[in-house]
Amino acid sequence: MAEQYSSFSRGGTGWLLQRITAAFLIVVLAFHFFQLHFVNHAADVTFAGTQARMENVGYFLTMVLFLIAGAFHGLNGVYNALVNQGLEGTQKKVVLAVLSLAGIALIAQGIWVAVAMAGWT
Amino acid sequence: MSQSYNRGLIEDFGRWKEFSAGMWAWIFHKFTGWMLIGYLFTHIAVLSTAIGAAAGDPAAIQQETDVYTTTIQGLESLFIIRVLEVGLLAVAVFHILNGLRLLMVDLGIGLSAQDKSFYASLVLTGIITIASVPTFMDGVTI
Repeated sequence: MAEQYSSFSRGGTGWLLQRITAAFLIVVLAFHFFQLHFVNHAADVTFAGTQARMENVGYFLTMVLFLIAGAFHGLNGVYNALVNQGLEGTQKKVVLAVLSLAGIALIAQGIWVAVAMAGWT
Repeated sequence: MSQSYNRGLIEDFGRWKEFSAGMWAWIFHKFTGWMLIGYLFTHIAVLSTAIGAAAGDPAAIQQETDVYTTTIQGLESLFIIRVLEVGLLAVAVFHILNGLRLLMVDLGIGLSAQDKSFYASLVLTGIITIASVPTFMDGVTI
């Protein structure tokens, strides 16, 4: 029997984007962990070292995309989990608005941080 | 043709004794997801010290006494932070492995083994987490 548990209604845009961002996040998250815990030890992180990495436009863009994909994947996941929990009507709209604003704020703050790290401020 | 299946209300966590492997996988995925998005907000908050460091004295950056470097190195010198990092790795690895399993389930691949792949996700998470402990605990004491 096909037993299936998912917080997402299949076939929707949210479902598809959740899968696309998941595939991207698997690769970049693995890279991020290796880069900052195994190649460079987290305890040895310095601003100068961070800047040397972030100045590279390819690395900068990868990290910004990583942030956008992570924020979307996480907040879309939370939203769907709450909808699955039985959220509807006005509450559903308020939660969507709050999560969207939180996501926009997180991405804006993260991009500002990345620009500061790169020394472009 | 897909078959419909009445899973009951999984959200009623009081039913946990009746849960099957697939339901546990779903619940673990949800909870690890909550932790990861919570961490992302915290992570960006801590990294925001880079804004202060970039605006501050360039000599401090050279001497590694800027607010970003001292905040990160200060946190990393704490034993509890290292333990939490290992926990974060475990949570992320499980979420990734189970996410790959979910992708297989979505594509209809290996549905009959979905419970075994959940157990495999747990075992692999355990192995990867234990194997990473020496690296994560390097240079810190209680």
